[in-house]
Amino acid sequence: MPPAPGTSAAIAVAGLAKTYGAADKPVHAVAGIDFTVTPGSVTALLGGNGAGKTTTIAMLLGLLKPTSGSISILGTDMLRDRHHILPRLNFSSPYVDLPHRLTVRQNLKVFAGLYAVPQASARIEQLAEELNFAALLDRPAGALSAGQKTRVALAKALINQPDLLLLDEPTASLDPDTADWVRSLLEKYRREFGVTILLASHNMSEVERLCDQVLMMKEGRIVDRGTAPELIERYGRRNLEEVFLDIARGQGKAALEAAPA
Amino acid sequence: MSIGTNSDSISCSLQRMAAMLLRHWYLLSGSWTRLVELIYWPAVQMIMWGFLTQFLAGKTSYVAQAFGVFIAGMMLWDSMFRVQLGVAISFLEEMWSRNLGNLFVSPLRPGEFAASILIMGLIRTLFGMVPVSFMAWIFFDFSVYGMGLALAAFFFSLIMFGWAIGIAVCGLIMRHGLGAESAAWGAMFLILPVAAVYYPVSVLPGWLQAVAWALPPAYVFEGMRALLVDGVLRGDLLFGAFALNALYLALGFWAFMALFEAARRRGLLLGQGE
Repeated sequence: MPPAPGTSAAIAVAGLAKTYGAADKPVHAVAGIDFTVTPGSVTALLGGNGAGKTTTIAMLLGLLKPTSGSISILGTDMLRDRHHILPRLNFSSPYVDLPHRLTVRQNLKVFAGLYAVPQASARIEQLAEELNFAALLDRPAGALSAGQKTRVALAKALINQPDLLLLDEPTASLDPDTADWVRSLLEKYRREFGVTILLASHNMSEVERLCDQVLMMKEGRIVDRGTAPELIERYGRRNLEEVFLDIARGQGKAALEAAPA
Repeated sequence: MSIGTNSDSISCSLQRMAAMLLRHWYLLSGSWTRLVELIYWPAVQMIMWGFLTQFLAGKTSYVAQAFGVFIAGMMLWDSMFRVQLGVAISFLEEMWSRNLGNLFVSPLRPGEFAASILIMGLIRTLFGMVPVSFMAWIFFDFSVYGMGLALAAFFFSLIMFGWAIGIAVCGLIMRHGLGAESAAWGAMFLILPVAAVYYPVSVLPGWLQAVAWALPPAYVFEGMRALLVDGVLRGDLLFGAFALNALYLALGFWAFMALFEAARRRGLLLGQGE
């Protein structure tokens, strides 16, 4: 989805690549991708394991230096001036955790300090109410269940009321009820605060429900893009999961298009 | 619209560092085993050196004349070791809890992160060494504070060197992962033989003396002996120590930042931990 006229993209990525390994045996984790994300929209990076989703998100956040390409986030060159824009971003990922020995409240207080959140205690209470973990505030983070941890990680990701939220597998390892609850929360935040969301997921129903734009990744490349209904129609399938399988296995329309003329 | 967007101001920088100190205070204050450990090892060392000093004082005129030279040496050495270890452990706490990704996506800058763990190293050291210094006073009638202002100069000189090694070790662990964790405990002992803590530099072979004089601790411990044995405050040794410390601290920071960038290039900031 291109940005509306006169509106700069929340995310604009051009020629983004990450290559590991020796020059004679390079491994292209991300092989030159381009995309834009419209402010206030939800975009999914969809792909199998090793497709390059997490690598892309790590580069967007500045945790990983790209080999080449450019990243503009909220109008700021992320590769040159990331610290200028970091107060307006946040993220959650299954690859990071909050210190287990600190209580939930202590963890959130620390991050409120890092993001210079005014009236931190009130903000923490507010998030605890919204995300339904007020009773857990004084419990050590390490003593929480997977679902509770996800809610607390989301609270950390929302503590600064970010303009851009990057979520890596936000509902991974959650039971269907909790996963549904998390999706509803993200929809609410987008509706109420106009937050832009980029998420990486393996969950097709989640993507169909939440996302305005889907970027299909395979072997470090964006192999197709569009809205979920557009992709389903383009591949002649019933749902996004079948589209995903077509692309992942190189079957159906995906295989025909990939074949030489 | 996000909140708290004036991130570039100095006040915010101090606020971010304060947040990091708060994080470590929560950890320490919530774990009595961590607090006890800060005092336990220096106390055991001090008691052992205290009894050895009592024994040697009756046997040799050197120790009888300068009672406490070993205890003072041990306490100053341990201050340097503890501050280096404190810095490394403050860093390792983030690695163990897989929190580095969260921190480096926040507005916290690497320099602020480094400064906060250096301060934590100092706080942890003071928490351990101050009670131990009073124990030496009570049990062995030796007050390290008898050295007066020179003690502060010796102490801060060694703290600076402990910081330099500590921050470089953090960079090493960030770049090579928890496989390099043993460097946190072992790095400082590499220089112990040439630090001249318990014996003068002159007892070392010639080539090793050159190595010793290239490192700040030799200046500090020679200065300490000059004060406790001869009653002379050697300004030249103190100056040499601080000049070298400035150099090593700059090198330590440079190594940390270079290894941080290397970790960013290799994608090691996300997902490191146990």
